[in-house]
Amino acid sequence: MDDETPRFLDCGEAALSVEFGDSVDPAVNARVLALDERLRAAPPAGMRETTPTYRALFLRYEPLEISRAALIAAIEALIGPAGVEASQPAARWTIPCCYDPEFAEDIGEAAALLGQTAQSIAQLHAGADYRAYMYGFAPGWCYLGGLPQALAIPRRVSPRGPTPQGATLIGGALSLIAANPMPTGWYVVGRTPERMFALDRTPPFLVAPGDAVRFEPIDAGTFLTLDARACAGETVARRETLL
Amino acid sequence: MRRRDGGAPGDAALSARLLIEAAGPGVTIQDEGRFGLSRYGVTPAGPMDLGAYLAATRAAGADSAIEVSLGGMTIRAEGATLCVAVAGGEFDIRLDGRPMPPACLLSLAEGARLVLRAGPSGAWCYVAVGGTLAFAPALGSRATHARSGLGPKPLAAGDALTLAEAAGAPLEPLALAAPWLTSSDAPIRLVLGPQADYFAPEEIEAFLNARWRIGARSDRMAYRLEGPAIRHRRGHDIVSDGVAMGAIQIPGDGAPLALMADRQPTGGYPKIATVIGADLGRLAQLRPGEDLSFRAVDWDEAVAARRAYFASIDAGATRESLGAEMTTESLLAENLVGGVVNARD
Repeated sequence: MDDETPRFLDCGEAALSVEFGDSVDPAVNARVLALDERLRAAPPAGMRETTPTYRALFLRYEPLEISRAALIAAIEALIGPAGVEASQPAARWTIPCCYDPEFAEDIGEAAALLGQTAQSIAQLHAGADYRAYMYGFAPGWCYLGGLPQALAIPRRVSPRGPTPQGATLIGGALSLIAANPMPTGWYVVGRTPERMFALDRTPPFLVAPGDAVRFEPIDAGTFLTLDARACAGETVARRETLL
Repeated sequence: MRRRDGGAPGDAALSARLLIEAAGPGVTIQDEGRFGLSRYGVTPAGPMDLGAYLAATRAAGADSAIEVSLGGMTIRAEGATLCVAVAGGEFDIRLDGRPMPPACLLSLAEGARLVLRAGPSGAWCYVAVGGTLAFAPALGSRATHARSGLGPKPLAAGDALTLAEAAGAPLEPLALAAPWLTSSDAPIRLVLGPQADYFAPEEIEAFLNARWRIGARSDRMAYRLEGPAIRHRRGHDIVSDGVAMGAIQIPGDGAPLALMADRQPTGGYPKIATVIGADLGRLAQLRPGEDLSFRAVDWDEAVAARRAYFASIDAGATRESLGAEMTTESLLAENLVGGVVNARD
């Protein structure tokens, strides 16, 4: 696929997918996020909502207010002749994560599959810099790029049972923080006491698509302390502004 | 009795209640949807048939409606006479035993009982009550999305909905008539893509030429389409991207799924086509076991259909007194309902 020009794909008459690539790739995702930022800063008439995903920006619009051609022209003007610049994270989150086997149900299974120890998985996972590529599946399910190559793991053929709240998972070349219990084909390698989604908290979601993310290993005792604080509505992850 | 709200007890303004005496599975409260948070994985939900929803809410002066499934519902008013509008599929509707037309505006006096049951056709109908339901929105919307636990739980017998500012004076029941509320066998129109290039031209042709049947395990999340298997030419896994309502996704087994109001916001299977906005309600009103076919249109035709559809909705439904013609209609309704009962025996 041409690296410079995105494809504009109709999703019915009132939505468009602006596709920058067909793979999970940090450079492709950075272009998606950059276009998302620019469109949100200066929304064209008729634009309703954008949804960044790994490799495409999904855009809902009202075609009775703007034509497809005018919308594409407005998007192309934002991308510019030299191609849209890569987006930089606006914030970095440090998210506490407990890798004790009690909180990391599948870490032994993943270690066996990857030819590693549970400890080395925890060290590699907590030592990496991630970026929130997108949310998907369910509210607060945050998909992270930047998983070390040594932790890339094929997804399960059939899903495991529901994950605990705050499960930190690995699957394919990605990591994921799951907000609520759901069956999954991924492997639980840790658990955060932070609530990725809390309906009654302001804001309900913490990490924005495009933010940088790190994990800070915590022991089981710290997990329980932070979990109680998070349960009471406190934000236990730390946010630094980068831009 | 379960209270479904945080209304202050004893407040005179909150004394009007709608009592749910019976509700089948899948009866939920919907507003236009929970938009703006798909970037955080939030599904919009909202009505399956937007046109019918708007007909009911606009007639009653309501900001949300009860979406009634084929399971039906029985309601009663308490504390006030409520203004109720019904619109959607051709449901069997009785006000204290008296047959009502499938789209109607009526007064539900205290103690009166409105019974809605599956009728000759249609899968969803909307019951809108004049006023405002007295409960706080979740993430800016009152729409129920059962899978993620957002919005009120699906309604069940014994629930009571409190109304703030119940609106509406007593009136004789009126029939609502509107072109977009009448069913039609015309093909469901769609725009090809976003991933039509994952399918060879002959597979796209097979998809467009086939007669499809709505599968049994269809719900607010997706309608299963039974027919020929549609084969991919480039594999069935794509890197997940955004999903519009009406997207026709073809998973690995080749059996298409039309993704509906409760779809996940992103998905990882190729989408061969997307149903146009003007025909989403018609698709939603098809029942498991009913047949349909598709017709591909270009963007301009889809937008022209959208313009006509929303112009018609904005012009509003006409109100007709039930009068003498209702007698014929009632008899017809009795016969049709009788037929449905026999077919199930």
